[in-house]
Amino acid sequence: MTALRADGVYKVFGRRPGEAVRRLREGATRDDVKGLGTAAVIDASFEVQPGETFVVMGLSGSGKSTLIRMLNGLWRPTAGSVTLGDADLSTVSARELREIRRRRVSMVFQHFALLPHRTIIDNAAYPLALQDVDRTERRRRAGEALEMVGLAGWEDHLPAQLSGGMRQRVGLARALAADTDVLLMDEAFSALDPLIRREMQEQLLELQQTLGKTIVFITHDLNEAMHLGDRIAVMRDGRIVQIGTSEQILSDPANDYVAQFVADVDKSRVLTAASVMVRPAALVTTSGGPRTALREMREAQASAAYLVDRDRRFRGVLRDEDVVAAQRAGTEDLTTLVQDGLTPVAVDAPLMDVFAPSAESPLPVPVVDERGRLVGVIPRVTLLEAMSPTEVDA
Amino acid sequence: MIPESFRIPLGTWIESGVEWLTDTFEVVFDLIKTVLLALFDAVELVFAGPPWWLVALVLSGIALWAKGWRLAVGALLGFVLVLGVDQWDNAMATLALVVVASTIALAIGVPLGIWAARSDRVSTAVRPVLDFMQTMPAFVYLIPVVVIFLTGPVPGIVATIVFALAPGVRFTELGIRQVDREVVEAGHAFGSPPRRILREIQVPLAMPTIMAGVNQVIMLSLSMVVISGLVGARGLGQPVVSSLGRIDVALGFEAGIAVVILAMYLDRVTAGLSDRSPVARALRATAA
Ligand SMILES: Nc1ncnc2c1ncn2[C@@H]1O[C@H](COP(=O)(O)OP(=O)(O)OP(=O)(O)O)[C@@H](O)[C@H]1O
Ligand SMILES: [Mg+2]
Repeated sequence: MTALRADGVYKVFGRRPGEAVRRLREGATRDDVKGLGTAAVIDASFEVQPGETFVVMGLSGSGKSTLIRMLNGLWRPTAGSVTLGDADLSTVSARELREIRRRRVSMVFQHFALLPHRTIIDNAAYPLALQDVDRTERRRRAGEALEMVGLAGWEDHLPAQLSGGMRQRVGLARALAADTDVLLMDEAFSALDPLIRREMQEQLLELQQTLGKTIVFITHDLNEAMHLGDRIAVMRDGRIVQIGTSEQILSDPANDYVAQFVADVDKSRVLTAASVMVRPAALVTTSGGPRTALREMREAQASAAYLVDRDRRFRGVLRDEDVVAAQRAGTEDLTTLVQDGLTPVAVDAPLMDVFAPSAESPLPVPVVDERGRLVGVIPRVTLLEAMSPTEVDA
Repeated sequence: MIPESFRIPLGTWIESGVEWLTDTFEVVFDLIKTVLLALFDAVELVFAGPPWWLVALVLSGIALWAKGWRLAVGALLGFVLVLGVDQWDNAMATLALVVVASTIALAIGVPLGIWAARSDRVSTAVRPVLDFMQTMPAFVYLIPVVVIFLTGPVPGIVATIVFALAPGVRFTELGIRQVDREVVEAGHAFGSPPRRILREIQVPLAMPTIMAGVNQVIMLSLSMVVISGLVGARGLGQPVVSSLGRIDVALGFEAGIAVVILAMYLDRVTAGLSDRSPVARALRATAA
């Protein structure tokens, strides 16, 4: 079952929203219907799977905050429907909606939205009070959440006494304390300075690994989107123009807008080894001898071969001159000929981690999966090619 | 050219309307009168019953708690001055009238303001009524009030309530509508029922503005005092009215200064109370 689904969702602010939606459905653009109202979100459809981090990315004013507000029913879509788990938010009663918000979905606000007259700990405990958790338990869980975001020791301060970044972390702690399966995060990290931001991103990823929450994360920072998102939706002027994994969006942008957007992304952090690796030219198993190895190399016109065992586990690299020498000396065991100096990289490693091994040796860098099996290699030229900017057609 | 005969008898209509009201709702008005009179007598007893120094000390104590020792000392000196010009009993009667009238005005005005803040329809319906109440010269609606309630403190109280009601409604509505929309949304986002949002978020955050309304209500009540002296309400209004009739500068000034002292006391104390609200404290924490 999907955790969250949006079906043809529209949101138009203004005097004649219904008419605007009708025109938009007929293909009008946001500008065409200006006279009827502001079309903040136009025909948004997507599904988020349980445990997935779904990132919505777009420039300021593209409708991200409006979209996320409809995902927990804060705002009603002008048209279309939002389904959270098994509940269609447009048909549930006000009472059921409150129950859903208490138990199943929490939110981090772009402008924090803390209660200014309550202490930090009371702010973090706010959702728990609404869940009827008793006082001591509330303090304990809120305290844990504050500690998670690095705000231990600030419990008894007021929000006004904290910096913007700290307040944002209180907002995050509040949502974490609620301990709901679905987490809506509207630019949750945008007010943080770069170091803490990086730290919070790592923490979120870690948290995701242990808790497996369903997260909708909004950002206008592409690097953040690529870093955090399992999938990314790119919004432009109210419409979702592309949904895909970071690699799909990078390597196959749906249109010029997306291409422009991704043009200056730091690809070394986003693209993984898997996305650029190629098949190894010469492959020898440990059961073969020097003769087989030499034949492979000759056929592939390569000066080295990758040695794997029967389970295809990577054992090392053989150089042509070593193999020739071994053949003359009558050595049959290829494993003794393996050279040092070529470290394999993991298949999900970011390209950034491929640079170092690639610099160590002129040979293509071997790529292995989690069980150590050789799945591909990355020649230096492929690496350099992947790092060059995406071409943007005029 | 306006024809000689053109005349809308609006005044006559209103007059017969008031007469009709008086006759039809005699029982209701009698009840209101009895209740207000009893309330006023009880409150006046609290202020005028004990010896003057005890009342002055308690009132100064309230000033000490609400604001600080400076205001407390100032208040004490002021009360001694009131006593010195022989206006103590009148001042206490006035204070009782202000307390009764503004409490009732707030008891009606604040809930009405909350309702208006939550419903645009109520807001549009209430606004012209408030405009009418606020701009109609106070003397004018004193007349029907006197027709209905005759003389004594009750017409004074009723006229004062009507006159002072508007800012209670307006400031409350404004305060609640001004509360940061995202904070209210946060309440909804975590599943708070609307009533609880009102209690835990909207009213506390609107409190500084609501308190400004409370202050306005009290000050307007006090300003009605002189006028209600015209219809025989006990208090500082009576010496003012009679000094006007006799061109008695001395008496007029003495009663006037007593009004000023009460006004300053009530103003500073309510301002002090509004500074003590959690939100006001939180705002000060920013500066610290
Ligand atoms: N309550 C509202 N009434 C009218 N128009 C609105 C309202 N809220 C948002 N809009 C308009 O809808 C559009 C999308 O706004 P939204 O806040 O969703 O953008 P965003 O992508 O979150 O931008 P940002 O990155 O600046 O937060 C904007 O043009 C905005 O002016
Ligand atoms: Mg936004």
